[in-house]
Amino acid sequence: MSRPPSLIILLVLLFTASVQADELRKILIADPYIELHTGPGRGYPIFHVVERGREVVVVKRRTDWFLIRTEQGVEGWAAREQMIATLEPTGEPLDLQEPARENYMSRRWQGGIMAGDFGGASLVSAFGGYAFSDNLSIELTVNHILGEYSNGYSATIGLMHVFVPEWRLSPYFTLGTGIIYTEPKSTLVQTEDRNDQIGYVGAGLQFYLTRRFMLRSEYRNNVIFTKRDDNEEVDEWKYLGFAFFF
Amino acid sequence: MEVSWFRVLLLTALCSAALPGCAWFGRGNDAPPEPVTASAESSGITGEPASDGPIIEPKVARREIKRPRIDTEDFELGAYVGILSIEDFESNVVYGARLAYHLTEDFFLEATAGQSRAGRTSYENLSGSAELLTDSERDYTYYALSIGWNALPGEIFVGKNRAYNSAFYLVAGLGGTRFAGDDRFTVSGGFGYRILPTDWLAVHFDVRDHVYDIDLLGKKKIVNNLEAHLGLSIFF
Repeated sequence: MSRPPSLIILLVLLFTASVQADELRKILIADPYIELHTGPGRGYPIFHVVERGREVVVVKRRTDWFLIRTEQGVEGWAAREQMIATLEPTGEPLDLQEPARENYMSRRWQGGIMAGDFGGASLVSAFGGYAFSDNLSIELTVNHILGEYSNGYSATIGLMHVFVPEWRLSPYFTLGTGIIYTEPKSTLVQTEDRNDQIGYVGAGLQFYLTRRFMLRSEYRNNVIFTKRDDNEEVDEWKYLGFAFFF
Repeated sequence: MEVSWFRVLLLTALCSAALPGCAWFGRGNDAPPEPVTASAESSGITGEPASDGPIIEPKVARREIKRPRIDTEDFELGAYVGILSIEDFESNVVYGARLAYHLTEDFFLEATAGQSRAGRTSYENLSGSAELLTDSERDYTYYALSIGWNALPGEIFVGKNRAYNSAFYLVAGLGGTRFAGDDRFTVSGGFGYRILPTDWLAVHFDVRDHVYDIDLLGKKKIVNNLEAHLGLSIFF
């Protein structure tokens, strides 16, 4: 019984050690003053101000808020809008590396989730992609298909071509292949689980929302290469998806 | 008047172009000046022999400025335990894990996965031996991908000197539930309350409703499975 507590203590010690090992970023206040809030949100009260020329430490960041520690040891949260004007100790402007529209063009990795309809069944989908160039990327999609008569999973890999990546709303074309696993519902009369190959061609729209976020909507025409005489064609509509890039 | 201004400008431009040009013609005729070097025999004022190199070797190394990265803590990972009421199948303990990503101070994305176990229906209890589900079919697992809104961010005050950040949030999402041998498309929603004892730790209290269609008893019907849980999570 003595092992788990000692393990936890060890883990906690390791964790705190790793936290303390990190050196913290020093910055110089360039605004006339910056306001420190009690929490990372606009509604939290301002309880302290730091005037221009003071050197403070950035402890951490949460969304658009920075936890600042002053020389006196006062800790509070400052908004990003006020942090933009701060400087490095060398006098250079602080680069907050904000993902913005400029980065949207140079994005490489992206991922997201989508929901829709797969031949009458409900669809929950997750995807991740890597862009070779501004236009062309490779994408991996995992679908969970939840129907009235059968359930299934599918995993596809495909190419995606964004026609005008610099537009805020841009159409794209996609083409790929994968596998689909179908499992008829247990309440139905005995039917077999199936594993089939799937091919698709599709088109969609991508909309740059803000910061690192995008919205997406997609249609795919799937061909399921069944073991029967006829192939099956399934329309797949992903009504809305949320994506982010990094 | 304007014409003469242009003329002055033109002439100035011409002169400035021509004069350095003239100087260029004279290039090459001049012998390069003799470099003034100290001869081998000569010695400096101090009497020491002069060396070829500069007296002081400047050692200027470029200083590498390595700026520590700002630690961004937008992700939240945690676990929870609570009670799940499975419609027709009693209430049972539910365990789950939770991963959240805070997009802004107002919105977050959340992925949850949990598991529980269904009990017996009243019908099964009354009839004695009739079993609607097998043992493995009583396992209940679910996942949900949700979006959350911090509707009421604030602080709670404990005693005179302590204030902790908190938020009341609303959550809505989609996902799947595996129960009675099948996966079912599930819509979930609810609310929660989060208190942060420190900047990196959060205590959650959540209430969720999981809604799906089921045709287990012959006729299709909508079920609502209510869940209440307590959780802990860390920001990283």
